[in-house]
Amino acid sequence: MDEHLHAVMLPLLGVLMVVMGFALRLNPLIVVTIAGIFSALLAGISPLHILNAFGTGFANSRSISLAFIVLPVVGLAERFGLQQRAKMLIDRAAALTAGRLLLVYLFVRQTAAALGLTSIGGVAQMVRPVIYPMAEAAAMRIGGDELPDDVTDEIKAHAAAADTVGAFFGEDIFVAIGSVLLITSYVDANYHLKLDPLQIALWAIPTAIAAFVTHGLRLLRLDRTLVGRLSANARKTEAD
Amino acid sequence: MITAEWIYWLAGGFFLTTGIEIALDRSHAKRWTNALFWSLLGGSFFYGSFLGRLPSWPLGLSVIAMALVAGCGLTSAGAVETTSEAQREESARRKGDLLFVPALTIPLVTILFAVGLSRVTLRGLPLLAHGEATLIGLGVAVMAALFVGTLLLRPKQPFVSLREGRRLLETVGWAVLLPQMLTVLGGLFTQAGIGTDVGLIAEHVAPLDSRIVAVIVYALGMALFTVIMGNAFAAFPIMTAAVGWPVLVKHFGAHPAPMFAIGMLAGYCGTLCTPMAANFNLVPPALLEMRDKYRQIKVQIPTALALFVVNVCFMLVLPFA
Repeated sequence: MDEHLHAVMLPLLGVLMVVMGFALRLNPLIVVTIAGIFSALLAGISPLHILNAFGTGFANSRSISLAFIVLPVVGLAERFGLQQRAKMLIDRAAALTAGRLLLVYLFVRQTAAALGLTSIGGVAQMVRPVIYPMAEAAAMRIGGDELPDDVTDEIKAHAAAADTVGAFFGEDIFVAIGSVLLITSYVDANYHLKLDPLQIALWAIPTAIAAFVTHGLRLLRLDRTLVGRLSANARKTEAD
Repeated sequence: MITAEWIYWLAGGFFLTTGIEIALDRSHAKRWTNALFWSLLGGSFFYGSFLGRLPSWPLGLSVIAMALVAGCGLTSAGAVETTSEAQREESARRKGDLLFVPALTIPLVTILFAVGLSRVTLRGLPLLAHGEATLIGLGVAVMAALFVGTLLLRPKQPFVSLREGRRLLETVGWAVLLPQMLTVLGGLFTQAGIGTDVGLIAEHVAPLDSRIVAVIVYALGMALFTVIMGNAFAAFPIMTAAVGWPVLVKHFGAHPAPMFAIGMLAGYCGTLCTPMAANFNLVPPALLEMRDKYRQIKVQIPTALALFVVNVCFMLVLPFA
């Protein structure tokens, strides 16, 4: 590479700062602010221009944060027991295997996220108090009351993964979620297009279906794995 | 013609009210810094509507001030009054499935606007500004859901939903600002020519004169950048400026909506594999008291790899159909 190319590459140090900052677990807001200012200065952009860029960048990306205006509605429903009601509904489906239960949860989580209801579910509110205990109880029907540590870890990992996969590949179908609005606001601000958020949301549907099928099949295979491991385990206990 | 501008004021009003409520809350541990953060955020939403007439740099200063206040750990959630677990159980039994109605109102009304009213014209002019139908719908939907919710649930204090909203907003905390900050960073990186740089590197690494290679470079770049940064939001502006826009859309004529939508989802495959996305991949194992803190990532990797291949196939076909 010639010297000119080296000078052009200098602002890339900003990317390196972001990587380092995140790797060192520094607060992302600080990392992003400093890395942005730093690489702009390296590229020879004046301080006033940088301030202007922060201002216009913020103003043009306000649509991302519009996702938060639903919080008063969600909070109101939570105050009157929305989470508790959802628990009551899922409790009725207790006659399921661990894998099938998690498959149902994956479906509910993904569908709710697609409707913009990402606060229905989540590891803290839903998986730990409801979904994991139910999945464990289902596994106990084949493995007895004392499950091996390795098996409980496997069920916990799958319960958390079902939540994450469901949320990720569901939320992008909802038009007012941050990632959809990030795409439209970034592209509109930088390339002078007018992308409709609904278009972006609709194009997330094929991948959402693929995600449900792929991860769903793996959850059904989890049942076979659990049966294999737990019945072997039960035989061993009997032989002892 | 109705534009989306008033919805920014609705959001600004919500943030500003949160700031004022915190300023009046004597019990709040970090009362004044929190009040400053949320008030600045709310004020900035209003200011942003007048950038043509007002200079941009004061808004830039306000944004940097917010980032510093929140980034230095000067904000944290206060204790907001809400119902107890027992009260909620009892209420859930009494209200039943009506509880789902306010939440379901939001997507229903939003879709109604985005699909039904986006093509309506009034005296030759569109009723809703072009490309803003969904956002306008969201604003109307939230107002409708609050109305329906108050009617159905009959809270004793009429404005309790604002306080409940503040409770949740404070739970999210400074992370509220992060997606917008990453967009600002992307914009600065673009102005500093970093997208072009990554594009130059990508060109040196792989020949982008083939459509198939270009799609793979875009998808792989999204996934790898996301693994490093822990967030597909940060990868999107960089990879789109480097490959997505100049090569795939401008040169090969890809349709931008499917290309960018699925490109973002290729990034999500990276999110499933990285400890950098700590809130998704490391907090749950801690909450579930797992022995192996990386087991959730190990469980997610096969799904991520399979979906990555599926996404690349979609990106080769759908944007060019």
